[in-house]
Amino acid sequence: MADAAQSEGGGLVFHPMDQFKVVPLFGEGEVHWYTITNVTLWMAITVACIAALMVLGARGRSVIPGRAQSIAELAYGFVHKMVEDVAGKDGVKYFPYIMVLFLFIVFSNFLGLLPMAFTTTSHIAVTAVLALAVFISVTVLGFVLHGKHFLGLFWVTAAPLPLRPVLAIIEVISYFVRPVSHSIRLAGNMMAGHAVIKVFAGFAAIAAISPLSVVAITAMYGLEVLVAFIQAYVFTILTCVYLKDALHPGH
Amino acid sequence: MANETHGTDAAGEAVVLHGQTVEHPTELQHVEAGMPQLDFTTYANQIFWLILALAAIYWILSKIALPRIAMILAERRGTISNDIAAAEELKAQAVEAEKAYQKALADAKAESARIVAEAKAEIKAELDAAIATADAEIAAKAAESEKAIAEIRAGAMESVEAVAKDTAAAVVAALGISADQAAIDAAVDTRVKG
Repeated sequence: MADAAQSEGGGLVFHPMDQFKVVPLFGEGEVHWYTITNVTLWMAITVACIAALMVLGARGRSVIPGRAQSIAELAYGFVHKMVEDVAGKDGVKYFPYIMVLFLFIVFSNFLGLLPMAFTTTSHIAVTAVLALAVFISVTVLGFVLHGKHFLGLFWVTAAPLPLRPVLAIIEVISYFVRPVSHSIRLAGNMMAGHAVIKVFAGFAAIAAISPLSVVAITAMYGLEVLVAFIQAYVFTILTCVYLKDALHPGH
Repeated sequence: MANETHGTDAAGEAVVLHGQTVEHPTELQHVEAGMPQLDFTTYANQIFWLILALAAIYWILSKIALPRIAMILAERRGTISNDIAAAEELKAQAVEAEKAYQKALADAKAESARIVAEAKAEIKAELDAAIATADAEIAAKAAESEKAIAEIRAGAMESVEAVAKDTAAAVVAALGISADQAAIDAAVDTRVKG
């Protein structure tokens, strides 16, 4: 936060994007694929937090749950119900994968809200991998389960015949736009919120505006807490919807 | 926020988002400008660690966490349904007990009614017998009395006849007419009967 803004000759300088920089943890130099960076650190923290909640939280195996176990059960029930409601009963066997996605995104988002933290989900590289993984596995699954019947997803039999080719083109385009919107929605939301908070923090350097700035940061932070959860929820439920299309391609 | 550009400042490169930086992504690490998200040199690093993290999470969840939580939830569901079954059984027992109580009550009522009826019948029978003997006694007494009255009446009739005969004889004698006792008796008899 300290370097967020500095007055130079009366002008304000903002570094709202500095927080997203990928830097090596040890020493300087180039970022190779194996370099231990702040990405590594925060992903490791994410994994540790998930393990703490889901494994240590449920350690007691008690019939009447404690606090941590309640949250772990709540997360389990929340995603399980979502998969079952949206993708149907036969989607339940893919529940662990969706649980991985949900927990990773929700923990990354919330850990990113800690001051000085690095938000891994604000990077398009990360969300694109997640979205592409969903897109490719759902597409492959659709073809494996239904063969060429999966293409019926694009042939809207409910529409009048002359309209169908037009609709097919639209459906194909929308299908291939899915991973793009899926990934940019998450990364964009996380990046924009964090950057806006930094900009407000930059304005805090001017004494006259600083009270307003602090209020704005507080309000933005509250909104970001909401966004952190909602974006994880949206990403997960869209994954379930895509999974449903693969399992039941008929409209 | 990308428009807050201060390209001329010494430290202003942080917010530079020009077409030039996007067109030459390889320069990004040297220029250190624009969005770090578009710095393709870090992509391999992020993707590598992301895949590692996802694999770790998947391993933790599928091997330990999810089976454990599923087991806890199943166990809880079992406990709850067991408890509900036990409660239902107890409830059934309570209903049974109430039924037994009601039955016992009804039995007791019937029994008491039966006893009352029996006692009534007994008393009635005794009463009837007593009344019958009393009636019989009364009837016997009445018959005796009637007999006595009849005897008395017969006796009285005889006396009347005797008095009448005697009186007739006396009247005849007083009139100075000698008359045979038998004729007087016959005349009196005819008169008394007529």
